[in-house]
Amino acid sequence: MRKRVIFNGAVLPWLLLLPQLLITGIFFFWPAGQAIYGSFLREDAFGLSREFVGFENFSEVLADPNYAQAALNTALFSSAVAFSALAVALFLAVQADKAIRGANAYKTMIIWPYAVAPAIAAVLWLFMFHPQIGLFGRMLNGLGINWDYKLNGGQAMLLVIVAAAWKQVSYNFIFFLAGLQSIPRAVLEAAAIDGARPMRRFWTVVFPLLAPTGFFLLVVNLVYAFFDTFGIIHALTGGGPGKSTETLIYKVYVDGVQNLNFGSSAAQSVILMVIVIALTVVQFRFIERKVHY
Amino acid sequence: MLMKAPITAEEDARLAAATRRRQARSRLMAHLALGLGVLIFAFPIWLTVVGSTHDVATIGRGDVPLWFGGEGVANYVSAWLRGGSGVRTTGGLPAWLMLWNSAVMAVLIAVGKIVISLLSAYAVVFFSFRGRMLAFWLIFITLMLPVEVRIIPTFEVMVNLGLINTMGGLVVPLIASATATLLFRQFFLTIPDEYVEAAKMDGAGPLRFLRDVVMPLSITNIAALFVILFIYGWNQYLWPLLIVSDRDLETIVVGMTKMIGTGDAQNEWNVIMATAVLAMLPPVLVVVLMQRWFVKGLTETEK
Repeated sequence: MRKRVIFNGAVLPWLLLLPQLLITGIFFFWPAGQAIYGSFLREDAFGLSREFVGFENFSEVLADPNYAQAALNTALFSSAVAFSALAVALFLAVQADKAIRGANAYKTMIIWPYAVAPAIAAVLWLFMFHPQIGLFGRMLNGLGINWDYKLNGGQAMLLVIVAAAWKQVSYNFIFFLAGLQSIPRAVLEAAAIDGARPMRRFWTVVFPLLAPTGFFLLVVNLVYAFFDTFGIIHALTGGGPGKSTETLIYKVYVDGVQNLNFGSSAAQSVILMVIVIALTVVQFRFIERKVHY
Repeated sequence: MLMKAPITAEEDARLAAATRRRQARSRLMAHLALGLGVLIFAFPIWLTVVGSTHDVATIGRGDVPLWFGGEGVANYVSAWLRGGSGVRTTGGLPAWLMLWNSAVMAVLIAVGKIVISLLSAYAVVFFSFRGRMLAFWLIFITLMLPVEVRIIPTFEVMVNLGLINTMGGLVVPLIASATATLLFRQFFLTIPDEYVEAAKMDGAGPLRFLRDVVMPLSITNIAALFVILFIYGWNQYLWPLLIVSDRDLETIVVGMTKMIGTGDAQNEWNVIMATAVLAMLPPVLVVVLMQRWFVKGLTETEK
């Protein structure tokens, strides 16, 4: 859509754009360029000189078993977070869409965790599952299960997944509810008159109509699990025990900020950029389609 | 559909009763499911709020209380003024200082983002000039470069510009945002051409049109966006963790997780819980009190 009537001017529009372009240039494009440039360089042990090494950083990163482990962790973590957050949110949204008393109160009570910072969500779950001071942590130990997420990698992964999914449900809930409410009542009534039972009505009528929303949310949830959960992992497990909850983002942080391995960190950044670009392209191609419906 | 035999009145009544029963069951199921959902979402908070009203020994022993204790005032005063007694928990800072830093950061990020994206969206929609599409794409592409993927080089830029440990360094790099610009652009495209025509006929220039027509029309969008961006700013974690080592600039989200350290059972958990409650309160209140705007802002920025 293009406006027909517009203002003319050569300087004013650029002045209006200047603040945004300046910040974008300095803090987005310049560092992104530096990351790409740095990914082809290696610094000597004293940080005195840098030499061009071609794709060596990349081949080293990709051959590193720790990187493969982090990629595997990320895949497990992201798919588990996205799937459970979507499933729980869809179930709750379907229930909240029914004409029941107190529906609005329920909605408010489910929506508010959106406001909780990922790191704080992690802390709330730590309070519950700490092996010594947490209610459920002690309960599990009392039942004879050896629960200590600070020692057991599998338990640590489970806990960060639950904390991350817990926080994301409210977001998905809002979108699923909006999607459900936009389904015309007439369609549902027609299916009911045709004798379709509620479950069948859900899977054959409601679910396909929600598919666009669901797909959009899937991409958003994956992006969330990839990038926005740094705080959860940092506050809860610090990537440990060992490296069992170290995701790709967390590894960039560890290698760049703690180990000061710039070449490797830059190469990892470039790989992540490629992943984000792919996800964004998928998301926007899908939105284009939705617009043409 | 298959042809069916005509339904008798008896059968009709039976069917109606069955439908009513089914609807009642479905409503009951909804209450149970939503009740359980609310419980799962509220329980962690309940435990934390209750824990923040007990003394340090109760929590440290692992006698997790489910009802309020009598130490609430003392714990919150200690968290607010000192960040704990400093005997058991190291690195505690007064909560008022961290809350202040978070509030300043969140408000500056929200206002900054709104101002610069409003201006740039206005330029892209209401002007025709060379390089218009280029400018639009330069802004759009930033969607693909989140802070997390360019940690180290961005940090180097910050060092070179002397922005480490400054409020400016905390805020300015986060206020460029493609999503807010896209939202305003989409909204501006719905403003009828006749408005611009009328303004031009009345002799109003572009800045006058922005101030007197576009801004008033955008008020609800600005409010909705403010709610979302305030929460976004308040909940920042990685960026403050990188940029701030000066503890006078510590934000509450980062500061409270630092109090936990390695998660030792000897921590002053009651004060840590009080600090966690204080850290959650402002954004949660914003969402609950401004729910309508919040939902509008959320669903529209993601379109």
